[in-house]
Amino acid sequence: MILVFVYLPVVQNFYFSFFKMSSYSPTRQFVGLSNYRMIFEDDVFYIALKNNTLYAVISVLCQVGFGMLLAIILEGSFIGRKLRVFFRNVYFMPSLLSVTAVGLMFYFIYNPNIGLLNGILERIGMGDLKTAWLGNPKTAIYAIIAMSQWQYTGYIMVLLLVAIQKIPHEQYEAGEIDGASSFKKAIHITIPGIRDMIVVCTVITVIGAFKLFTEVYVMTQGGPYNRTQVLGTFMYRAAFAYDEMGYGSAIAVIIFSITFLASLVQIKFAYKGRNN
Amino acid sequence: MKSYRRRPGRLLGVTLTNAFMWLLVIIVVYPIIWIFINSLKSNNELFLNSFGLPSKVMFSNYIDAWNQGLSSYFMNSIIVGAVSILFTIALGSLCAYGIARFEFKGKNFIFYLILGGLLLSPQASLVPLFRMLDFLNLYNTYWALILTYIAYRLPFAVFLMHSYFLSFPKELEDSARIDGCGSFTTFTRIVLPISKPIVASVSIMTAIFVWNEFVFALVFVEDATMYTIPVGLASFKDALNTNWTAILAGIIIASIPIIVLYMLLSKSFISGLTEGSVKG
Repeated sequence: MILVFVYLPVVQNFYFSFFKMSSYSPTRQFVGLSNYRMIFEDDVFYIALKNNTLYAVISVLCQVGFGMLLAIILEGSFIGRKLRVFFRNVYFMPSLLSVTAVGLMFYFIYNPNIGLLNGILERIGMGDLKTAWLGNPKTAIYAIIAMSQWQYTGYIMVLLLVAIQKIPHEQYEAGEIDGASSFKKAIHITIPGIRDMIVVCTVITVIGAFKLFTEVYVMTQGGPYNRTQVLGTFMYRAAFAYDEMGYGSAIAVIIFSITFLASLVQIKFAYKGRNN
Repeated sequence: MKSYRRRPGRLLGVTLTNAFMWLLVIIVVYPIIWIFINSLKSNNELFLNSFGLPSKVMFSNYIDAWNQGLSSYFMNSIIVGAVSILFTIALGSLCAYGIARFEFKGKNFIFYLILGGLLLSPQASLVPLFRMLDFLNLYNTYWALILTYIAYRLPFAVFLMHSYFLSFPKELEDSARIDGCGSFTTFTRIVLPISKPIVASVSIMTAIFVWNEFVFALVFVEDATMYTIPVGLASFKDALNTNWTAILAGIIIASIPIIVLYMLLSKSFISGLTEGSVKG
């Protein structure tokens, strides 16, 4: 079953990417590498690639970087035991909601007339910044990226939190005897102790960034003027809206190559983490 | 208490850290509360004042959302989810148990083949899967979703259950065998009952996955009557363009089951998510 539904399609996808074909006509025409040539001549491809990369970089900084800071704070001695669980659960919760629900929620929050964001900006005297967040070509992609940080930072935080809990207690006790401050303990004990998990989280986040689809589809469908296209929506548009299935497959091969390489890195570090 | 005396700056640090964490709680929770409050207003009131409390609480928005399709999206999600979970657990546990307990030729190859499925992203297979399901006459049926969901969840299920089965003692099964149980009876009578925690984790993970999955549900199903919740909710945006409050109510309704499930079972949730370490 895995062979039929998981492996076979990947192979077929490679094969299809050399053809020009549509969904309802039985014939297909071999076109060699011309689908790939078309991709590299397509301006939208570069916008999409840039947006995916932007999404990946910001997500790694915010979800892994900031998420790690939160995890360290929550495992440190500054927060009471009961509050710790409360904070963890609250921060984690958005990652359980469906991307569709969150996407619609933020679609509304970013609304120029009645949205929460503009409303708050006006109330705190920063009304000049008000804009149609998703309609403005300059802000749209950032608005989508910001939403994902809201949704997933808590998730990455929990992954790092669990890794911190696995660090042997003796290491901290030894640090205390040496008179290390909380900050020093974080730098010298916690971060090296969860290094593998940090790599795994970074890779998961990068893979997620290149699989991006639903957020964009629900909120902007790639607009305004293709400014929020990502590889996922670019492929969907080619294959299912324009019925250029071969072209869509070729884009899918590019997505596949990026995520597959990243996954290999993840497996390598995940296993290393388990064995140690 | 000793540490307070040791570092005078500590109290300040504790206060600032706690304040910061509470600020984040507001950032996470307030948008949801804001959506909830607005989902109880009339459309008119929403456009006049999206910040205040509703002057008259309109639960009818929820009834509207439910009647305008959400009820059938709910049913579809539940049917697809239940069948997918059932098969994922049944096939996954048998497969994982076989690999964990028995020696046979090509065992490692099969195991790695299954785990390799974790590496492949569904998006790369969208076009061929679409054509295959169309060819098999499964396009636009529940089976299109169920079969692909099971296939993409199995590697994950086998991965988790395999390490769980390896971790518990063989003696228990040996004694069952001495009592005359066959392999399959041992599996259903002894192994599955002690595996409840891992079965729970995998079920919950599969449930969230199915409840939230969007791409397959968008591409493999065409009829609005077959939509699962995420696609149905997205279609609300176009269909109910004038009825905003019903969309808001829909968002809340669609999110409640997962949040309730999480509150009841947060432990299995966390262990499932962290063991799997895969997003989306």
